[in-house]
Amino acid sequence: MTTAETAQSSKLREQIRQVLNAQPQPTVTVLSSLIAIQDSIHYLPDEAIKETAAFCGSTINEVWSVASFYTNFRFTAPGDKTLDVCWGPSCHLVGAQEVLNAVHIALEIKEEGESPDRKVTLKYNTCLGACAQGPVIAINHHLIGKQTAESAAKIARELRGQSS
Amino acid sequence: MSTPFEELQARAKKRWEELTAGDSAWIRVGGGTSGQAAGADAVLDAFRTSVESSGVNANVSMVSAMGLMYLEPQVDILMPNGARVYYGNVEPEEAQKIVEQHVKNGEPLTDRAFAYSGGDVNGVGNLPELNSLPMVALQKRIATRNFGDTDPHDLLQYVAKGGYTALNRALTEMTPEEIVDEIKAAGLRGRGGAAFPAGVKWSFLAPSKAPVKYVLCNCEEGDPGAFNDKGIIENDPHTLVEGLIINGFATRSTNGYVFIRTGHELPIESARKAIAAAYEAGLLGKNILGTDFSFDMEVSLTGDSYVAGEETALMEAIEGKRATPRFKPPFPAAAGLWQKPTNINNVKTLAYVPEIVRNGSGWFKSIGTETTSGTAIVCLSGHITYPGMYEVPMGMTIREVLENIGGGVSVGERIKVLQAGGPLNGLLGEEAFDTMIDFDAMSAAGASIGSGGIIVGNETTNVVDLLRTLIAFNQFESCGKCFPCRLGNTHMLEILDRMCQNKAKPADLALLERVGTSMKAGSLCGHGQLGFNPIASALKYFGDEIKSCLAGEIAPGGVFGDGTMILPTRTRP
Repeated sequence: MTTAETAQSSKLREQIRQVLNAQPQPTVTVLSSLIAIQDSIHYLPDEAIKETAAFCGSTINEVWSVASFYTNFRFTAPGDKTLDVCWGPSCHLVGAQEVLNAVHIALEIKEEGESPDRKVTLKYNTCLGACAQGPVIAINHHLIGKQTAESAAKIARELRGQSS
Repeated sequence: MSTPFEELQARAKKRWEELTAGDSAWIRVGGGTSGQAAGADAVLDAFRTSVESSGVNANVSMVSAMGLMYLEPQVDILMPNGARVYYGNVEPEEAQKIVEQHVKNGEPLTDRAFAYSGGDVNGVGNLPELNSLPMVALQKRIATRNFGDTDPHDLLQYVAKGGYTALNRALTEMTPEEIVDEIKAAGLRGRGGAAFPAGVKWSFLAPSKAPVKYVLCNCEEGDPGAFNDKGIIENDPHTLVEGLIINGFATRSTNGYVFIRTGHELPIESARKAIAAAYEAGLLGKNILGTDFSFDMEVSLTGDSYVAGEETALMEAIEGKRATPRFKPPFPAAAGLWQKPTNINNVKTLAYVPEIVRNGSGWFKSIGTETTSGTAIVCLSGHITYPGMYEVPMGMTIREVLENIGGGVSVGERIKVLQAGGPLNGLLGEEAFDTMIDFDAMSAAGASIGSGGIIVGNETTNVVDLLRTLIAFNQFESCGKCFPCRLGNTHMLEILDRMCQNKAKPADLALLERVGTSMKAGSLCGHGQLGFNPIASALKYFGDEIKSCLAGEIAPGGVFGDGTMILPTRTRP
């Protein structure tokens, strides 16, 4: 590790420790800690695993077992915005596959992940909870319903700063 | 001298009168996750701006969603004369016109509104009365009684509508045993899917003298097509908080947890605010309402995991671990969360409790069917004309819900298939549409009320493709603890994928059935045990279609035309 990386890492650790200590709810666990960190810095770097283990009196192995289990956690920095697209059966029946395909094309990717310019992270979601408005997508957890392939592609392109 | 609760009621009455009985109009914008997805936030902003620029005397609030989701964003205006007029599918651009004409000039836009309520006997133009609309008239709203009327973040509005009366009654007039008996007598069955009598379950915990006991509220609700648990929490969180406190008192518990999946921002915010407001009002914490009962409550977030909704996996998640199910026994009442005696209930079950305590078990028992008292909160989505959330008495048939409330098929000719009760429950064909909605009748038909979701597919729906999506969900969500579930779902998904691509053989059917049998026998929780349900029920209602598919007689469809579909590739390590 270079000196610059070490400095960055210790800054990140400090930031994570603050998040860990600022959890408002009475019950603090490995899972609550990981959720708090991801809410704050949007992914779980190695430092998050180590700091959570120390903070909760747990082991790195145990913390990894929790982090790797829940599919909301990610271990690399996401794009600037996160775009969730629902693929659950309700949205499926009203055109979720077409929406997903159009978003893939707009983001120039073939599966979940970051667009090449790292402006957008695409995440498939099993159910966003607004089935009556399907097909549903969400930008940074804010839901938008009644999507079509065209409307979703337009949103995806706009998130990349491209004119629609 | 007035009691602490009477003081709270007096403040609530004053608050409600300010909103409804003064000189100002009250503009209510329906919120909730569905309302947000339809654009309610922008509509709220537009009305606030319009009220300010027009200089009219009006309060503007984001309130709970009424459940008529096909009309979202929905706005209603209560005028000082007592007439309330409802507008559906409101665009932000319309706000100025509605405020100018309706609020300022007192002329409701009757060509734009869909209903009215209250006011004088002459009604409002030609508008129908709200309660004459079938999708309102056919409902029996108990758990959703305040939907559309109150601001979920305002405890006083909940109290003004009769809230916390049940808690006050429970704490000051009843013993824990009497409450448990009342819940038993009401015939309240758990709404999480298993339909176990709630009062009986409560009675397992009540006698334990342990110093720390937990009551948990399950709002994991990962089921696609179901949004009633989150709906109750985001639209009327205090009915749940009140229910959980009563649950705590009746079982002599010390702590309650409301368990919600991270990322569902509105229900989380709503639950947190409601709990904080209840503490502030003396309804939680030490010596609730001046009695010697003390009880604490907090929100516990889980990561994304469907199996976390299984009761023992849920306890693992609250403890901060991987959400995998435990062996039973010991049962939660003996050793649950942190090995302490624990009682767990679904959101809907608890949401009925205040009204049962307030109105008595006989009242609740008189609603619904012989074996299932009360209501079902049905979530309609898919190819249905009026998607939404509707609370109907148990015993209504599926067809009545689909046709009289849902307005029938939205696109296409007819409804062909229903996915009822979540991805571990069955598909239903038309011959099952006359089934009564009650736990036993639905289960006999091969489905379940389960989560309350009913996803509607029209005649163009490819049943095998729908099955693949359900099994793909179950495969993605298997926690991996029991290998028959982990591998079985993967294996079934592979077979269904082959079927959709016209690459299957007739012998694959027997293979599917063998895998399903192993999953049922060899899995610890419902996720594996019930995993074959969708296929079993599809064979019952759509056997010919499945056999044609196996014989290669159905052209592959899907977005790429080759029968493949876009699915997540990530699996749990």
